[in-house]
Amino acid sequence: MQPIQFEPDLCIRCETIDCLTKCQYVSFSGVEEARSEKLKINERRHSRVLEECLTCYACQEYCPYDNNPFYLLVERQEEMGILPAPKPIIEEQLRMMAPKGKIAPQAVTGVVVDMCAFPMLTGCIRGKLFEGAAPVTGMDLFCNIMWLHFAKNSTIRERVPRIIDNIMNCCLGDAPGREMVCFHDECYGTYTSVARAYGIDVPFTPVHLFDYINGRLNVLKDRIKPLNTKIAYQRPCSNRLVPETDKVLDAIFEKIGAERVPRVYDRENALCCGGVPRAQQRDELADSLVEKNIDDMLKTGAAYCVFNCPFCMATLANEVAEQGLMPILVSDLVQIALGE
Amino acid sequence: MTADLIARLGKITGPRYVSGAAEERYLYSMDQGTMPPAAPDAVVMPKTTEEVRQIVMLANKLKVPVVPMGAGLVLSGLTRALKGGIVIDMKRMNRIVTVNPASRYVVVEGGASQGMLKAYLDKHHPDLKHSMPDAPPVATLAGNICIHGSGHLSVLGGSHSDMLNGMEVVLPSGEIIRTGSCGVSGGWFSRAPLPDLSGLFLGWSGTTGIVTRLGIKLFPKYRYNDVLIFVAEDPDLMPDMISRLTSVQAAEDMTPWMTPKPDWARGFLHINIAWGGHTKKELIFKRNLLQGSVREYIDRKIAGFLPLPPPQKGRFLKIPSPDLARFADLRRGGGFEYVGAIMAIEHFPDAYRAGLAIAEKFNVAYSLGARIIGAGHAMMFFFAYAFNRADPEDVKRASDALEATNTAALEIGGIPWKAELPAQKQIIEKMDPDTFALMGRIRAVLDPNHIMNPGNWEKD
Ligand SMILES: Cc1cc2nc3c(=O)[nH]c(=O)nc-3n(C[C@H](O)[C@H](O)[C@H](O)COP(=O)(O)OP(=O)(O)OC[C@H]3O[C@@H](n4cnc5c(N)ncnc54)[C@H](O)[C@@H]3O)c2cc1C
Ligand code: SF4
Ligand code: SF4
Repeated sequence: MQPIQFEPDLCIRCETIDCLTKCQYVSFSGVEEARSEKLKINERRHSRVLEECLTCYACQEYCPYDNNPFYLLVERQEEMGILPAPKPIIEEQLRMMAPKGKIAPQAVTGVVVDMCAFPMLTGCIRGKLFEGAAPVTGMDLFCNIMWLHFAKNSTIRERVPRIIDNIMNCCLGDAPGREMVCFHDECYGTYTSVARAYGIDVPFTPVHLFDYINGRLNVLKDRIKPLNTKIAYQRPCSNRLVPETDKVLDAIFEKIGAERVPRVYDRENALCCGGVPRAQQRDELADSLVEKNIDDMLKTGAAYCVFNCPFCMATLANEVAEQGLMPILVSDLVQIALGE
Repeated sequence: MTADLIARLGKITGPRYVSGAAEERYLYSMDQGTMPPAAPDAVVMPKTTEEVRQIVMLANKLKVPVVPMGAGLVLSGLTRALKGGIVIDMKRMNRIVTVNPASRYVVVEGGASQGMLKAYLDKHHPDLKHSMPDAPPVATLAGNICIHGSGHLSVLGGSHSDMLNGMEVVLPSGEIIRTGSCGVSGGWFSRAPLPDLSGLFLGWSGTTGIVTRLGIKLFPKYRYNDVLIFVAEDPDLMPDMISRLTSVQAAEDMTPWMTPKPDWARGFLHINIAWGGHTKKELIFKRNLLQGSVREYIDRKIAGFLPLPPPQKGRFLKIPSPDLARFADLRRGGGFEYVGAIMAIEHFPDAYRAGLAIAEKFNVAYSLGARIIGAGHAMMFFFAYAFNRADPEDVKRASDALEATNTAALEIGGIPWKAELPAQKQIIEKMDPDTFALMGRIRAVLDPNHIMNPGNWEKD
């Protein structure tokens, strides 16, 4: 088993300890306290951060040196048996989301779009935007990144290579280097950032949904009817692993005439949707996150609340809609602009 | 004799509502459970209390057995005509007579169904509801209350028989009596303060009279509803967990479930907890109370609430719940029966372990669960077995398992609920003899010709 890639000396030399000082959920009296806690984590000593962490993934983005603070934190939680959620909750979900071993090789032609474990979203793969694209989905393709929320790096190490084999053998015709579009940030984050940090080999080329859409909009530019509308974007935790893609999203919004309103809780300051803290049995915190997110969106006068994460959407859609904003996925918003 | 009986019944109800046809007698000879068929000589469907009275008088005269029946969904064969005679199918007496919103009760006829009342209240009194069991909606309110059923408001209001305010009953002699306040005042608001004669007809499996009207408590219907699923692993902790969850008195319904299918659920103990609120604030306040009650277990990380995004909650908020009905057809062939045993909460671990052992021994498809009754005052623990009715071996396995379960339930200290014939005998065996003797004397007074559902609650 390959350890998480990280360089302890970088942390020792680090002046700002951004990974912790920028954390929105664990507070520190100052840089020195943050440094002391970070060193405890690195040195396998108990730190309160391991208990208080919301597993929002954000420190992974905050670290200016790509030193994988979040992956390491999860590693330490597991090593020390610090469970972010009650054991039966973790164990039952581990079983629920396990690969089923039922997938068989399929002749998938055209652009393969990985819909992860969200078969209910395959209907999104339609119209000119996804012309010729083939969605693949099921528990045997579940990217398994969610175990970062449950101190289960061991499950990621065990299951992700199996899923990659499934993708190669059953969806990509065993053709190394073939591209696969990841509909969900989580899958793209798994096959890029996680795979790199955990030393997992990925023989195909993952393509982020935003890159795919942006490319298609270049081809379909004559069809675009600018929306001329304001949208509030709910940035998901998994985009923290691949922050470079957020700029591509800006390009998409610009092309379709959607103004991404400046929210307090967007970009680096994005706030958790409230889904994960419920698994951690912190419902009151989850309620306050939902409220903060929605109040923040309402202040901007946006007409749409745009999601790229189906789980964030499931968590917030009802509340958002009750407040008069239209919840929608990025790809659906783009399709409206394409007149579909 | 049968032709004469049918002609005379036809004079009472009109010939359309009487039948002695082989097909009908076949259909009415059984339910979905494991009890062997027992066909009636005739089936009759009265429309009024007066017709019921005349049918009973006729049966008395001819000394022909009478079996009252609602939807026949009890599953333990209590509406089979063990000694032949007449099945009185009450479904035509299905009127919702009146609703009193101020005192929150409804008066219904003896054949009105759960589904009808729900639809009626949804339409005419959207701020009121009654406690629905998870039985198919065609199940009758009378049939369910007569067997001490339970349902979606049972944590709040107890057994469905606890929600009964009074009844109109046609006695085996043909007299029509009224129990509860309606016997004195015309209002159906309470069983107190009178001598409680309703008990003469509750739990007696249709052997004491025919209920033609009932007053039933209604409850406020909330605008907002929510559900939590608590998950644990140690059965020995369940009594305390249930006790804590009920202690805050926020839930309307609490249903533990343990099932080997789907695979992920095997070995885990779940408790579905449903509650409501007039406002979101109230809903959240109650959720916090429920979660706070078991915080100690959560902090120890040995139990917790399953995270359920809002779109996944709909299935668990459905009333009636489709889950048991889905399990009922697991083996195909439409065979399904469960032993429900009313027992004290502290027996949960024993009941759970006994259920697992029996399912393993008899190799039957099982689902175990319970419905908490009152603020943790008791529970209906169920051991459900699905079987293929077309496969005699499967039926035999299930009925052996059921018998073993009844024995185990009694040994644990529980009492089989809506007991089928063999279980009735097991209960009688354990019952205080003077009490059983009193049951016999009461029956003899009410039903001197012994025409009411004979064969039930008898020693031999
Ligand atoms: C999938 C499934 C789920 C179920 N879930 C539940 C549940 O959640 N809670 C629950 O309590 N039960 C449940 N049941 C059991 C049963 O179906 C119900 O209790 C149902 O309400 C019984 O009503 P019925 O009209 O079918 O009664 P029947 O089976 O017709 O009769 C029941 C008994 O009452 C007597 N009786 C009926 N009507 C009268 C009357 N008018 N006067 C005098 N005696 C009468 C009968 O002789 C018989 O002894 C379930 C059953 C199934 C199949
Ligand atoms: S993880 Fe990055 S930000 Fe945190 S202390 Fe180390 S180098 Fe600094
Ligand atoms: S994952 Fe989020 S909550 Fe946890 S330490 Fe990092 S930034 Fe803080």
